[in-house]
Amino acid sequence: MISIRSVYPRQNPKTTEDNNMGKFNKGGKKEMPALNSSSMPDIVFAILFFFMVTTTMRSETLMVRMKLPTASEVQKLEKKSLVTYINIGPPMETRLGTGTQMQLNDRFAQVSEIQDYIAQEKASMNEADQPLMTVSIKADEETRMQYITDVKQALRQAYALKISYSARQGQNK
Amino acid sequence: MAKTTRKVPALNASSMADISFLLLTFFLLVSNMDVDSGLARRLPPPPQTEEQTTVDVQRRNLLVVLVNSQNETMVTNQQGTEWYTNAEELRGTGSKVALKDRVKEFVLNTSNSEQLPELTEEDFGPPIGIVPVTDQHVVSIQNDATTSYKTYIAVQNEVVRAYNELREEGARKYFNTSYDELTEDQQNQINDLYPQRISEAEPKNYGGQ
Repeated sequence: MISIRSVYPRQNPKTTEDNNMGKFNKGGKKEMPALNSSSMPDIVFAILFFFMVTTTMRSETLMVRMKLPTASEVQKLEKKSLVTYINIGPPMETRLGTGTQMQLNDRFAQVSEIQDYIAQEKASMNEADQPLMTVSIKADEETRMQYITDVKQALRQAYALKISYSARQGQNK
Repeated sequence: MAKTTRKVPALNASSMADISFLLLTFFLLVSNMDVDSGLARRLPPPPQTEEQTTVDVQRRNLLVVLVNSQNETMVTNQQGTEWYTNAEELRGTGSKVALKDRVKEFVLNTSNSEQLPELTEEDFGPPIGIVPVTDQHVVSIQNDATTSYKTYIAVQNEVVRAYNELREEGARKYFNTSYDELTEDQQNQINDLYPQRISEAEPKNYGGQ
């Protein structure tokens, strides 16, 4: 059996300290004591948990360009799990043109596909949360209202009646 | 070997900090902090049958806010019509009455005018008591097909601002504090006193494309 002591030789603390007992430590080598960093992981873990709780994973990559309109009376959307996003704007890739496109879940979609999308999102939710579902419309400020209205009508048909026009907090210019 | 009390050697935990820093940076990179915010609205349920269900509203109870394809805003009710050509005028920086003040006047009808919505007395519970309110008023926001979303949101924002200011005034009057500091029940009381009655009708194509 291999003794562990051979790997970690235990120092006898008396040998170093007791020799200096009662003397002033004049001259000689003064060694900088090592900082006790054993609480460092605890602190970092605390920060880590804070970030894990307060943030959400970036779930989708934006495929449309959008500059949200500004508004001063915005309300914060609480409970991210209840929010479904619809992104509207010109496509990020310029070769796809500058026409208004809609992005649902990582792909471009037509307005007619909204109903299926909402039904899908609703089905993946807790049954008690379904009536609280909010659809956040994130649209570029240059979008024509015709498009928004079509989306709104589709949402009505899908019974997703709680909506939010996403806007940045700030004064209108 | 003799049975002695063996001490468990301390684990070398110095790499723990490195590992947790690694995790921390990972989460920092993949997560986003920004909270989404916006103007909350409630859409009317879809029409049940083929024929459109319309609600008859008396003319005096209706304030029509129309945003046209040139991004101009027309506000009209029984009192008269006002035109706003840009966002500054909407906020009342010009010589015109700001949209929010018009909405507030319309919702309150303090002068009990014939031209403004009818007042009915309702009980809102203590400490508000029985007060006359315009419970039938409707602010109807209409838009054209080519109206820009930016202007539409600006108009929506001004209407919401009018309601928010009314609620703030109500909170100061009845509870002597600001609206944000009220309890949830008190906030609901104020919300019942000034409910947001904003209708979003289907757009009409007035001016053509």
